Amino acid sequence: MTINPDQSNSPNGAPAIRIVDLCRHYQMGEALIRAVDGVSLQIQPGEFVALLGSSGSGKSSLLNLIAGLDRPTSGAVIVEGRDLAHLSREELAKHRLRTVGMVFQSFNLVSRMTLAENVELPLRFAEVDRGQRQSLTRQALERVGLGARMTHRPSELSGGEQQRAALARALINHPRLLLADEPTGNLDSHTGTEIMNFIREFNQSLGMTIVMVTHERALAERYARRMILLADGKLVDDRPNNDRPHEDQPNPAAVTASRQRERR
Amino acid sequence: MKTYDLSELALRNLRESSLRNSLTTIGISVGVASLVAMLSLGIGLQKLATRHLAKSGLFDTVVVTSRRELRGFNRDDERSTASAAESRTLDEPARQEIERLPDVLEAYPDIRFITELSYQNKTHLTMVSGIPDSARSNDAFTGIPGSFFSSETAPEVILQKSFALELLGKTPPPGHEDDVPVRELAKPLLGQELVMRYAQRVSAPESAGENTPAKSGASTVSESDAAYSVISREQKLNIVGISDLDPDSMRGAARARVFLPLKLAQDLRVMQPSDVRDSMRGFSKQPSYSTVSVRVRNPKNVEAVEQAIKKLGFNTFSILDATRSLRQFFAVLDLFLGIFGSLALAVASIGIVNTLVMAILERRREIGIMKAIGASDGYVKKLFFAEAGAMGLLGGVVGVALGWAIGHIINLGTNIYLKRQALPPESFWSVPWWLVGAAIVFAFIVSLVSGLYPAARAARLDPVQALRYE
Ligand SMILES: Nc1ncnc2c1ncn2[C@@H]1O[C@H](COP(=O)(O)OP(=O)(O)OP(=O)(O)O)[C@@H](O)[C@H]1O
Ligand SMILES: [Mg+2]
Repeated sequence: MTINPDQSNSPNGAPAIRIVDLCRHYQMGEALIRAVDGVSLQIQPGEFVALLGSSGSGKSSLLNLIAGLDRPTSGAVIVEGRDLAHLSREELAKHRLRTVGMVFQSFNLVSRMTLAENVELPLRFAEVDRGQRQSLTRQALERVGLGARMTHRPSELSGGEQQRAALARALINHPRLLLADEPTGNLDSHTGTEIMNFIREFNQSLGMTIVMVTHERALAERYARRMILLADGKLVDDRPNNDRPHEDQPNPAAVTASRQRERR
Repeated sequence: MKTYDLSELALRNLRESSLRNSLTTIGISVGVASLVAMLSLGIGLQKLATRHLAKSGLFDTVVVTSRRELRGFNRDDERSTASAAESRTLDEPARQEIERLPDVLEAYPDIRFITELSYQNKTHLTMVSGIPDSARSNDAFTGIPGSFFSSETAPEVILQKSFALELLGKTPPPGHEDDVPVRELAKPLLGQELVMRYAQRVSAPESAGENTPAKSGASTVSESDAAYSVISREQKLNIVGISDLDPDSMRGAARARVFLPLKLAQDLRVMQPSDVRDSMRGFSKQPSYSTVSVRVRNPKNVEAVEQAIKKLGFNTFSILDATRSLRQFFAVLDLFLGIFGSLALAVASIGIVNTLVMAILERRREIGIMKAIGASDGYVKKLFFAEAGAMGLLGGVVGVALGWAIGHIINLGTNIYLKRQALPPESFWSVPWWLVGAAIVFAFIVSLVSGLYPAARAARLDPVQALRYE
């Protein structure tokens, strides 16, 4: 396994994500499906990583394990020093609520709720006061340019707008880690670019660590600074993206700030 | 704060699939309504019965007899009957003493005698009894054709229906007495005059007639110191009312069919059966009473008063045991009505389970999303629980209102029917506050219990699976 030497000199030294010999197998009748099969890797705070691979190569499975949505068959996922295997269901929910933000290819907004209600949900789960919830929700939606659409339902919005709302929701509790599963997969290239620019901005100005699943190599080369290739659940390639200009690097101060925010 | 937020979200979710949730809530409402309706009917009927029984005077009355009387009501009394020498006479001082006992409203002598009454030159023999003024609220005398006695000494009579039939010469075959409405009997009889012939007992010194003039000769009984005369007299009486019920039914064979004001009956000094016996035994200058009726403040006091009177040296009798079995009957009735009402609510609770399980299937993805963005199992569980509870609470409130309305309508309808039958209106419907509260709480608890399984199922849902499809 290759660990990119460039990324090891992170602000606090500890990796944001450390994955050790991770396996996630599914038993389908007689057949054993190795969705993730012995993956080991480390991701430093502030990194922008693209997870590449063909369909069925295990990208989503790996992302769900990092998100704490799923538990591994064997191996360890250590996020910010905490082994997710040792967390209770309750603690895993807290991990998803505070440490990671997720966006999906299909946006996954609750269709019965307005944008504001959708974005407010994580604040409700975090038991934030009512008054505070409203102003935070407004700010988050304004940041993604949806301040005027707060009371609209997801079905009344374009795909790009829905994904922006999903981004606002993912960021509402200030997580340090953004996990994006093909965030532009359902969008045309113009709207896709719009979403990617938001994600890049979160990485640079907020110092968030980004792990983005995509099967578009071009997209990965344009935005990510590190590309990991999966095939049949195995890590087959892991290298820095040298095409990306150097000034794209996140501001180290922002990364530190991001980490400090979490220590609260 | 937390529960408020949760209920807010739950209510918001309920509004979303409003048709299905309203139908479920209506289901609960109907269940609660039937429960409330059944129980209120039970409670109302019980109240009605208690009210009538209290008015009938059977349950707050103790009948006192002297132990010298041989007609004990049961074997125990017969055995305990003391010898004549040591038992007390049931006379005026004894009556006053009984009246002074705690919880005794009044104690009045039971004046009853068999005598001849002539109506339109025909003579009829029957038992006559004196009625105290307090009996005017008695069921047998309220709402009767005519009126109660105008005063305690008025020369007036109220006839029992069977006697009225006899006077009019149309005695129906036994078992068909109810076929003739009292009102028809009242028309020809009210305001008519009866002449009562009776034997007056007059103490020896004052034997010169000072009351109504004697018609026929007087015979004087004069033995040792008990000396009095018996004079045959006549008294004109005005018929003021006809009673449908038999207010004297408790007396069995000694029941009267003609009623006089008690004071009038006393003043007439009619020869009583006990007088004869007294004179045979040869003591007591004063008349004694064969029985004294004691009215007690509350049926609850009957037992204590009976004990107190027994201590004074008299025999007592009451229908206390009858109330006991009656209360038992209503407890069973309430139980049955409650079970049927609860069955309806149980069916409604299956509706809740169904609605919530359907909601989970339908909202699978939503639950998955909520969990993916950080909702804990507990939160999802509580949310579904809150939704079930909200439906239960709402259904409970609406159901109580519905049940109350149904009861009201039934009561109203029945009273219209009663009015057509020329019967006084009745309220056999009662929704006490405790029932309102209990029904709502019950609906709430049933809903929460129904929510247990769906909520647990929603909480267990695997978010990866839920988000994978569609
Ligand atoms: N719950 C499951 N049960 C059985 N097999 C599963 C399950 N989840 C994933 N798999 C299998 O694991 C493998 C990896 O799936 P995964 O969704 O991670 O692929 P992916 O790389 O995200 O593909 P895509 O690009 O199409 O989204 C697939 O072969 C899939 O069929
Ligand atoms: Mg995938």
